[in-house]
Amino acid sequence: MVQAQQAQQAPIKVGLMLPATGTYAGLGDMIEKGFKLFVSEQGGKLAGRELQYFKVDDESDPAKATDNVNKLIKRDQVDVLIGTVHSGVAMAMAKAARESNTLLIVPNAGADVITGAMCAKNIFRTSFTNWQPAYAMGIVAAKNGHKKAMTITWNYAAGIESAKGFVEGFEKGGGKVTQNLTLPFPNVEFQALLTEIAAQKPDAVFAFFAGGGAVKFVKDYAASGLNKTIPLYGPGFLTDGTLEAQGAAAQGMSTTLHYADRLNTPRDNTFRLSFAKLYKTNADVYAVQGYDAAQLLAAGIKAVDGDIKKRDQMIAAMASSQIDSPRGKFTLSAAHNPVQDIYLRKVNGNLNEAQSVAIKALADPAKGCRM
Amino acid sequence: MSTSVSLYRSARLPLAALLIAAAMPWFLSEYTQSLLVNILIYAIFALSLELLVGTTGLVSLGHAAFSGVAAYVTALLMEVTGPGDMLLVLPAAMLGAGAYALFVGALSLRTRGVYFIMVTLAFAQMAFFIFHDTAIGGGSDGMYLSSRPSLALAGKVLIDLESPQQFYFFTLACLAVTYALLAVLLRSRFGRALAGIRLNEQRMRAVGFPTYGYKLAAFVIAGMLAGLAGFLMAARTGVVNPELLSWHESGAVLLMLILGGLGSLRGAVIGAAAFILLKEFYSSEAVFGPFALHWQMSLGVTMILCVALLPHGLIGLRFPLKLRSGLRAKQGVTHG
Amino acid sequence: MELSIFLVQCLNAIQYGLLLFLVASGLTLIFGIMGVINLAHGSFYMIGAYMAYALAPFFGDQFLLQMAVGVVLSVAFGFVLEWAFFSYLYQRNHLQQVLMTYSLILVFEEARSMLAGNDVHGVAIPAWLAGSIRLGDVMQYPIYNLFASAACIVVAIGLYLVVNRTRLGMMIRAGASNRDMVRGLGINIRLLYRIVFAAGVALAALAGMIAAPVSSVYPGMGGQILIICFVVVVIGGIGSISGALIAALLVGFVDTFGKVFFAQFSGLSIYLLMAVILIWRPQGLISKGY
Repeated sequence: MVQAQQAQQAPIKVGLMLPATGTYAGLGDMIEKGFKLFVSEQGGKLAGRELQYFKVDDESDPAKATDNVNKLIKRDQVDVLIGTVHSGVAMAMAKAARESNTLLIVPNAGADVITGAMCAKNIFRTSFTNWQPAYAMGIVAAKNGHKKAMTITWNYAAGIESAKGFVEGFEKGGGKVTQNLTLPFPNVEFQALLTEIAAQKPDAVFAFFAGGGAVKFVKDYAASGLNKTIPLYGPGFLTDGTLEAQGAAAQGMSTTLHYADRLNTPRDNTFRLSFAKLYKTNADVYAVQGYDAAQLLAAGIKAVDGDIKKRDQMIAAMASSQIDSPRGKFTLSAAHNPVQDIYLRKVNGNLNEAQSVAIKALADPAKGCRM
Repeated sequence: MSTSVSLYRSARLPLAALLIAAAMPWFLSEYTQSLLVNILIYAIFALSLELLVGTTGLVSLGHAAFSGVAAYVTALLMEVTGPGDMLLVLPAAMLGAGAYALFVGALSLRTRGVYFIMVTLAFAQMAFFIFHDTAIGGGSDGMYLSSRPSLALAGKVLIDLESPQQFYFFTLACLAVTYALLAVLLRSRFGRALAGIRLNEQRMRAVGFPTYGYKLAAFVIAGMLAGLAGFLMAARTGVVNPELLSWHESGAVLLMLILGGLGSLRGAVIGAAAFILLKEFYSSEAVFGPFALHWQMSLGVTMILCVALLPHGLIGLRFPLKLRSGLRAKQGVTHG
Repeated sequence: MELSIFLVQCLNAIQYGLLLFLVASGLTLIFGIMGVINLAHGSFYMIGAYMAYALAPFFGDQFLLQMAVGVVLSVAFGFVLEWAFFSYLYQRNHLQQVLMTYSLILVFEEARSMLAGNDVHGVAIPAWLAGSIRLGDVMQYPIYNLFASAACIVVAIGLYLVVNRTRLGMMIRAGASNRDMVRGLGINIRLLYRIVFAAGVALAALAGMIAAPVSSVYPGMGGQILIICFVVVVIGGIGSISGALIAALLVGFVDTFGKVFFAQFSGLSIYLLMAVILIWRPQGLISKGY
C-alpha cells in the first residue's frame, strides 16, 4: 500500500527519441513542442502524475537506432517511448519495443509495416500510414477525370508505399498508372526524369518527396513548364513546411493529408493560438502529431488513474479512446493507427488551405497485422 | 628464453584486461553490457584498420566498406537460410569483405599518399551506392534480421547469439583472437616487412621485396577482420543499413585509432573504447542538459584538440609507467 | 532520344560539371600548393549556399552584388580560418590533416544547425533571371541554369588568367610544381598560402551561392559534393587546374547520362569511371607527380 503510494508519486519516465541533428531535426523539434504543449495545458501533469523526460538524438540513422532506443529502454528504463520521424529508425524502435514490451507511440513515421506486419498491443501511432493520404489522392485524381497518370518517388519504403497507395486509389476510380519513376533517396537531380515525363505526356503526375527534395522537385517541375499542361499531385508532404521555399512554383497545387491550414474549427484555432503564444512560431502537422501523442498517452494514464502498472487496462483504454485532435476527432483502428479524415488541400500563398474532405474516416487496411 | 619472457611481458596487460572483461557481465547492468559489446566490436574494427594505418602506413578512409559488405552478406544469407548457421554465415561474411578488399586494394594500391586516401574513400562510397541505390539489400531502408546466428554441431547448439551473455563472450573471444592473431602477425617476417614498407618502401623494393603483393595481402587481411566486426554488428542490432558503409563510419574508426595511439594494438582497443564513451558522455542529457543535442560540436572540438595535443594518442600518456619500467631495466629486474 | 532532349541533357551535364569544377579547383589548389588534404572543403560549399540564403533578403534582385559581397565575406572567412586553424596543419602528416579537417566538419555542421536551424530553405531566383526558354516542343529550359553555367565559365576564365598571366599566378604555379623552390625565392610564403586558401574557400562558397537557388539549402549538403570532388581531383590529377576542369566535365556527363540510361546504377557510374581511369592512369589524367 505504502509502496503503491510512492509509485504514484514517482514521475512517469517518458523517452523522447527524435532527430536533433540532420535533415529531419526540424520535424523532431515540432513534435516535441506539440507534445509538451499538451502536457503544459494539463498543468504539467497527466492524471496527477509528473513526467520526467529522457531525450536521445536518433540522428535519423537506422544503423544506430537499436543502440539509441536501448539507451532509453535499458539505461533509463522509461515507461513509454515517443518516436520518431524516420521510418527506418521507427521500425528498429518497434522491433525493440516488441522485444522488451515497452509502450511505444509513433508521432510521425508512416511506414505501413509498423501498424501492419510489425503491429503489437503496445505499439501505437498518432500520425498516418504512407498508404492513407496517397490512396485518397488517387481517388481524387480519378474523380477529376484523369485517365493516364505517372508516379515519381524516391526509391525507399515511404516513397514506394505512397506510390502504391496512389495506384490503388487511382485504378479503383478507373484510371491507369503507366509508369512508376524512381530515383535514389535523397538524390534531387530530377531533370532527366522530367524529360521522361515530358516525352510520355500523361494526364497527371503523382509525386512523393519531402523536405529539400520536395522544394526542388516542385520548383523544377514548374521551371520545365510541365505544370501548365500536366497537373502535379502528391501527399501533403510535398507542400508541407516547404511553401516558403517553393514560392510561386507551388501555387494552386492540390495535395491530400490528414491535416490542413484554415480548418477553422474551434479546436484547431485554440490549438494554433496557444502553440503560437508558447513558441512564437506556427504549428504544423508534425506539431499536431506530437500533441496527439501526448493526448493518447494521457487517455491511457487517466483510465488507470495514474497507476501505470495496470498496463493491460491502460493499453485497452488507449486503443478504444477517441482523440479530440486539432485535425478533427479520430479513433484508432484495430492495428492502433488513426482512422481519420483525409483533407483535400490547395496551396494559396504560404498556406495549404482545406478545400474539402477527400475521404471520411479512412482506415489503413493494415495488411499482415495479427494481434 | 628471452623471447618467451618478452612475449609474456607484452601479453601480461592484454591478458589481464581480458580476464577483467570476462568477469564484467556479473557486475554490469544490461545496458552497460550492451555498450561494452559495442566497444568490443569497434575494437575489432579498429584493430583491423591498425594493420593498414599503424603498421603498413596506408591511410585508408574507406574501411567501413568492408564491415558493411560483411554485414550485408550476413543479412542476405540469413534471409535465404533462415536461422543463421554461424559455420556458414561467418566465413561467408569475412570472405565477402575480403573479396571486396581484394578488388579495392588491387586498384587503390597503385596510387600513393593522398591519392590513396581519396581513392579508398571513393570506393567505399561506391559500395555504399550499390546497397543504397539497388534493391539487393532493401535499398536505403536496409534489411532486418529475423533472428541471430547460432552455432550447432550434430544437432547440439553450442553458441546461440540470441542470448546476450553468450553474445558478450563470443564477441570477447573474437576480440581476443583478433588481437592475438595480429600480435603474432606483427612479430612474423610478414609483419616486419609491412613495418619496413611503412618506414621506407623504396628501400624494401630495392632489397627485393614485392611490396605491392605484401600491401595487398595486408589490405585483404584487414578487410576480412573488418568483416568479422561487420558480422557482429549485424548480429548485434539485427538491422543492416547502408549507413554502415558511410564515410562517417570510416572517419570515426580512423579517429578511434589516432585517439588511442597509432602503432600499437593496445592503442586501437583503448581508442575504440574512449571514442564510444566520449560520444556517450557528450550526448548524455544527465551531464550536459540541453547541450547534449549538440554532441557533434563537443566531439569535433575534442577530436581536434586530441589530434593537435596528443600526437601519440592516449597510449602516449603512459609516461610515468615508462619511467618506471626504464628504472626497472636499469636495476636488472626482469620479472614481477 | 530526340535531338532536342539530348541537347537539354548536355546542357544539364555541362552545368553540373562546371559547378563541380569550381568546388574541385579550390580543393586541388589548396592541396597542390600547401599539401593539405581538406575534408572540410565541402563545408565551404554549404556555407556559401547558406550565405546566399541569409543575404537574399538584403539584396533582393541585386544578385550580382550579393554574390560579390558573398565572395568578400568568404575570402575574409578563409583568411581567418587559415590563420586560426589551417596554418597549423602544414607541418602535420596527411593522417592528422584528415582527422582534424574531418572533426572540423562536425563543428561546422553543428554550428550551422545552431545558427540556421535544420529546416530546408529555398532561395528565390532573382526576377531578371526567372523564366524559361523553349527548347523543342515539350521542354523548357530555366534561364537561371544557363546563367549558372555562364557564371561558372566566367570564373573559370578569370582563374585561368590569374594563374597564367599574373605574378601571383606565377608564384602559384611555381609553388604547385616545386614547393621548396618558392621558399628559396624569398617570397612571403605565409601570405601566399593565406591568399591561396582564401581563394579556395571563395571558389567553393561561390559554387554554393550559385547552386543555392537551384538546389535549395539543407543540412548535410556539403558531404555529397566533397566526395564527388575527390573523384574529380583523383581523375584529373592532384594540383592540376586544367585536369580538374576536364575531369569535372567528364563526371558531369557520365553522371547525367548514367541517370538516363541506367537509372538503377546512376550513383555508381562516376565511381566506375574513376576505377577505369585508375587502371589506365593511376596518377590521374594530368599528372603533377605527388
